[in-house]
Amino acid sequence: MASAERPLSPHLQVYRPQWTSILSISHRATGVALVAGAVVLVWWLAAAAGSPEYYESFQGIAGSILGLLALFVWTLCLMYHLCNGLRHMMWDSGRWLELEQARKSGQHVVISAAVLTVVCWIAAFVAM
Amino acid sequence: MSLRSPLATARGLGSAKSGTHHWWLQRVTAIALVPLVIWFVISLIVHAGASYEEARAWIGSPLPGVILICLIIAAFHHAQLGLQVVIEDYIHAEPCKIAALLIVKGGAFFVGLLGVFSVARIAFGG
Repeated sequence: MASAERPLSPHLQVYRPQWTSILSISHRATGVALVAGAVVLVWWLAAAAGSPEYYESFQGIAGSILGLLALFVWTLCLMYHLCNGLRHMMWDSGRWLELEQARKSGQHVVISAAVLTVVCWIAAFVAM
Repeated sequence: MSLRSPLATARGLGSAKSGTHHWWLQRVTAIALVPLVIWFVISLIVHAGASYEEARAWIGSPLPGVILICLIIAAFHHAQLGLQVVIEDYIHAEPCKIAALLIVKGGAFFVGLLGVFSVARIAFGG
């Protein structure tokens, strides 16, 4: 690399936040968060493949306040990444590329992700 | 007008020497993950509050077991492709970048394999 002193783009201090830019970095952030969620999924499977005691301890951690909070945040991340991923597929097919469409579809993604998350959790508690 | 030689154009590998392979695989795994994730979320809701035995019976039955393995493979493949781009974007010191990439690639392979092995162990009655 040439010089570490060179300015980075975009200048985050002067860059006005917009729907498209915020949702773009959110896609990346939720993707990284979901990696942790995928590791916990494997932890759950390994616990189920292990002993009843191991499974019990996993259930205890997952069912704690912090565990449930993490699961809720992961659900939100998953729904957002899923909905926004579908938006990305539309872009890949050459659709929704106008600024106004990108903004509108982004707002729809945020609303859909929030609604789907709440619906999933209500359904889970009803099913229990 | 293109500055590429006819051979380079025909190969279509570009400056990264791998063409659209990375980009394309990220899309392929993403498309696979759409139905897999929807199935998984609905299954989790249906099995909310399941006991150890109930959870094992579900994980170990043929169709859910195979779909779970598909989900694990697609998810970890997609995850390491995505993390690779994040690392390449933000880590510029070559040794750190290579170390981070090796950790992510190896870690994704290991944890993914752990998930597949766990499903198989439950299914085959370990």
